[in-house]
Amino acid sequence: MLVDIQNLKIGFKSRTGFHQAVKGVSLKLGTEKLGIVGESGSGKSLTARALMKLLPTQTVIEADKLEFDGIDIRSASEKQMRTIRGKRAGFILQDPKYSLNPVKTVGSQVAEAWRTHKGGSKRAALEAAINLLEMVKIRDPKKVAASYPHEVSGGMGQRVMIAMMLAPDPELLIADEPTSALDATVQAEILRLIEELVSERGMGLLLISHDLPLVSHFCDRVAVMYAGHVMEELKASDLLSAQHPYTRGLLNCMPSLMHPKERLPVLTRDPEWLK
Amino acid sequence: MTIEIDNLRISFVGREVVKGVSFNVAKGASFGIVGESGSGKSTVLRAMAGLNNDWSGRIAFSGEDAPLFRPPAFFRKVQMVFQDPYGSLHPRQTIDRILSELPLVHGMDNIDDRIAKVLSAVALPQTARFRYPHQLSGGQRQRVAIARALIAEPEVLLLDEPTSALDVSVQAEILNLLADLRAERNLTYVMVSHNLSVITHLCTEVGVMIDGHMVEQVTAEDLRLGNVNHAHTRELRSLSVELEEPA
Repeated sequence: MLVDIQNLKIGFKSRTGFHQAVKGVSLKLGTEKLGIVGESGSGKSLTARALMKLLPTQTVIEADKLEFDGIDIRSASEKQMRTIRGKRAGFILQDPKYSLNPVKTVGSQVAEAWRTHKGGSKRAALEAAINLLEMVKIRDPKKVAASYPHEVSGGMGQRVMIAMMLAPDPELLIADEPTSALDATVQAEILRLIEELVSERGMGLLLISHDLPLVSHFCDRVAVMYAGHVMEELKASDLLSAQHPYTRGLLNCMPSLMHPKERLPVLTRDPEWLK
Repeated sequence: MTIEIDNLRISFVGREVVKGVSFNVAKGASFGIVGESGSGKSTVLRAMAGLNNDWSGRIAFSGEDAPLFRPPAFFRKVQMVFQDPYGSLHPRQTIDRILSELPLVHGMDNIDDRIAKVLSAVALPQTARFRYPHQLSGGQRQRVAIARALIAEPEVLLLDEPTSALDVSVQAEILNLLADLRAERNLTYVMVSHNLSVITHLCTEVGVMIDGHMVEQVTAEDLRLGNVNHAHTRELRSLSVELEEPA
């Protein structure tokens, strides 16, 4: 088991009291594609960040089990974490505009990721970077490698981020809303690319998104989160016929091109769900 | 208010980004513009709203040509709602202050009454009035942005991706609100979005833009049935249809 989370609780101390954001989440992930969906504030990103120990120090994290490939994350030192982050588990964030260094060329950033984890000369790293850019289907990798982040489009920027994450051959890829900042056409391309690379390399994928239909097309399993709880976990192919009223509510309130609705049903939240 | 756009061209420092766009919207109708980022759809909308004074061609409301620089009275008739409710409200002003800006500028009377009315029109509690934007949720903020547009008692609302920053559950509420307001007040909508299902939900006619050209205008019904001509329209449609079908 690559990831094993049991009864994870994440809370924040604030001036006025204590806020529990994640309230007992259990997830398991092997070499498969797991999607986490839910509205904003449901705790999906926090769960992924807790797994990489990327939360601020004042965060209160409790769990019965929080393991990455048998390593206990709760007691892992920063040094140990550094051998996991990037090297064994890559993290792709939402907006490439804010994740890339604006004053370094794209190629040198990918090469840096390669060199940090694999060593070797600068020239070898740059060559490897160009190969990686080619692997994420960038047409003119040499030219793109020499350009700065502001000179490439959003979709291209996200490909660069993926190339950078692939450099150390990680076992797990965590993608936190990797396509929400992109156009519909580019969105599908990027997800297809992630899916291909993950299957080819036998990696695990944790895809976090608020877009249910998108996740159902690109994942094997889906966990639906609401207010810090996992409402239900089901096979992605069954998502559109989900039974839980929350999942059904989310699916129903989406407008549809093929099945027009006079009026969109509004989600009614039931306090019973949280019991 | 009928809207006529004829051969609209817009350039930024010599680079043409809108290359001759024409379309008409009847009074009380709603027209949608779809396209990818960089296709020029928001630029068209901003020029219509009078936020860009450097365009050529013809923009006419109710048959009257809009001048390059709009008179103040124009903004009573045409209002715009922006994409990001987090960025479009002043963070240091209360909702009351935000909503009273326009009536003050235009010397309207009974400002207090108007604010109370417009808050209930967008289904916000009266208690929201003396809150700051950061104390409201994303959906509530978008309601404030819509209220700010409505307080001018406009006839045309220009909507720039009004729901793309919101969760689907909140998106449904805002889309319902927009549909109700249009029916109640006989408003004319022009809406920009990259999401075909959102556009076809609210609009009866859709213009597809790519690279500064409006390559096709099609009714929502024809789009649904697949009676489209341009390759780009077909691509956008098939992506949208594919996602709706079970995997």
